[in-house]
Amino acid sequence: MVRTEELLLNVGPQHPSTHGVLRIVVKLDGEVITEADPVIGYLHRGTEKLAEGLNYTQIIPYTDRMDYVSAMTNNYVLVNAVETLMGLEIPEKAEFLRLIVMELQRIASHLVWWGTYLLDIGAMTPFLFAFKDREIIINLFNELSGARLTYFYMRVGGVKWDAPDGWIEKVRDFIPYMRGRLGEYEDLVGGNEIFLARIKGVGAYDAQTAIDYGLSGANLRSAGVKWDLRKDQPYSLYDRFEFDVPVGRNGDCYDRYTVRMEEIRQSLRILEQAVEQFPHEGEIMGKVPRVIRPPEGEVYSRIESPRGEIGCYIVSKGKAEPYRLKFRRPSFVNLQILPKLLIGESMTNLVTILGSIDIVLGEVDC
Amino acid sequence: MSDENKKIDNIDGKSTPSEETVERIEQIQAADPKVQTTSEPSDPPAAELQEQQEKEEKAKAAAKAREERAKARAAKQEAAEPSEEKPKEPSRNQPRLDRAVQLIKENISEAAVEEAFINERDRDLPYLIIKPQFWTECAALLKDHEELQLNYLRNVSGTDQESHLEVAYHLVSLSTKQEFCVKIKTDRDQPSIPSAVDAWSTANWNEREIYDLLGIVFTGHPDLRRIMMPDDWVGHPLRKDYIPIDPEV
Repeated sequence: MVRTEELLLNVGPQHPSTHGVLRIVVKLDGEVITEADPVIGYLHRGTEKLAEGLNYTQIIPYTDRMDYVSAMTNNYVLVNAVETLMGLEIPEKAEFLRLIVMELQRIASHLVWWGTYLLDIGAMTPFLFAFKDREIIINLFNELSGARLTYFYMRVGGVKWDAPDGWIEKVRDFIPYMRGRLGEYEDLVGGNEIFLARIKGVGAYDAQTAIDYGLSGANLRSAGVKWDLRKDQPYSLYDRFEFDVPVGRNGDCYDRYTVRMEEIRQSLRILEQAVEQFPHEGEIMGKVPRVIRPPEGEVYSRIESPRGEIGCYIVSKGKAEPYRLKFRRPSFVNLQILPKLLIGESMTNLVTILGSIDIVLGEVDC
Repeated sequence: MSDENKKIDNIDGKSTPSEETVERIEQIQAADPKVQTTSEPSDPPAAELQEQQEKEEKAKAAAKAREERAKARAAKQEAAEPSEEKPKEPSRNQPRLDRAVQLIKENISEAAVEEAFINERDRDLPYLIIKPQFWTECAALLKDHEELQLNYLRNVSGTDQESHLEVAYHLVSLSTKQEFCVKIKTDRDQPSIPSAVDAWSTANWNEREIYDLLGIVFTGHPDLRRIMMPDDWVGHPLRKDYIPIDPEV
């Protein structure tokens, strides 16, 4: 009997594969993980505490910095909560612009995930492909808002800037281009036996576990649960468009991979319809009082971000600042299942499993 | 506010000409005897008379406008009153709320539900206020009962209401599509609420975050420790009476 010794290993907080400032205290028996404890909070900035002293427009830039890979959906969840509380009506053109930027953002976010995930597993080239194509989307956002990552684009009641001349045409041209690139991505890695061996059957959980842990997004749908807020609790204009919700079967890393790749295709499908129906005439800002003062009461707004359900809970006392504002961050909730998945796995699979969950530490720590 | 100020200004602005008009009329009347005494200058009296008539007409028009505005305001007030008096139609979620309350009272305790209402501002979301001592049983019932099946705990929020602390659990059923918000209140001095980890595993980190930032102790929690702030932090930042270590200068 070969005697082994328990080893305590800190993965992070500065580690290229933790996708941000995350520390995982791992106990190892040889190369097998017996216990894992994620330590979070390194990026905690007290966003919710700060929000109590700001008016609602001032809070929007903070949402950009929670999930900096998906700032547009973060903007939307806050302004939607305030609009619901105030009972505001949003002009159709503004909602079209919001929907278009949210779907472009979903594609950009999934491209970042795809490139960095394969980089984690050892494939260097896909990262370059992904970031090159993502740059097209970022340039579109740059033309729209003047920013690359933190847009501050949406406002309570609408959006700040209209689409410049020719912008919608650029989005229209991007759709077939991206479809072609997805085909190349699949040729590049989809059938690679090493890649498939690394992700099939790894980090699996069943639907009941996913629901019990409150997972959302691809982490939930990979286990076979067909739950997507764009369809099940529609917001914005999503009930106008036809698209499918991809689901997996086994809840492993491979299913999460295929679900996200298919989600890009469905986003392109939504964009195609939105661009075709885009109302070029109309207002981009509804009738909103100069000082936004929601009535007393509370509201919970929830939408589908690329990482899952992002929610915004507001308790208002009828003032210009929220009495209490709480963000339900999908990365924070999804990361919780990591210790359970890591027990019995090897150190190599730690990186594979962590990457497949797709977290952004800016929103975990909030 | 600004609208009211504008209206007041308008009223003041228009009342001034009427005063001036009155003064001028008096002056003209005072001048009348002189005019009658001397019959030679006939043109000036005619011109003055015309001016007088014009000013009188303006004053009358202003008075009419004022009356019309007052009538319009009265009409608006009358219109507003009956709409307020109309009874509110019951929300589409009222039957679900009533059924949930009934199930809780039948299976757990008549005294478990402190309050139940529909939050109209949040898409008619049903709200349940549950007493802390009954929360563990309620959580199990809400999750496992075949009529409810609230298997997805989507959000847990703690709030300092200054008179008390409270935790809001937002629940949704992925099968029956029902939605509820369950609130549990606790006092500020020694806040304590039973943990919901046994019902929904996702409550683990969520409750740790609330413990960290608000100081609410979740009894029965398997691993209650800080999750955001450093372990040696003093105080709970989201409490309304929290004193920052580095207050702004």
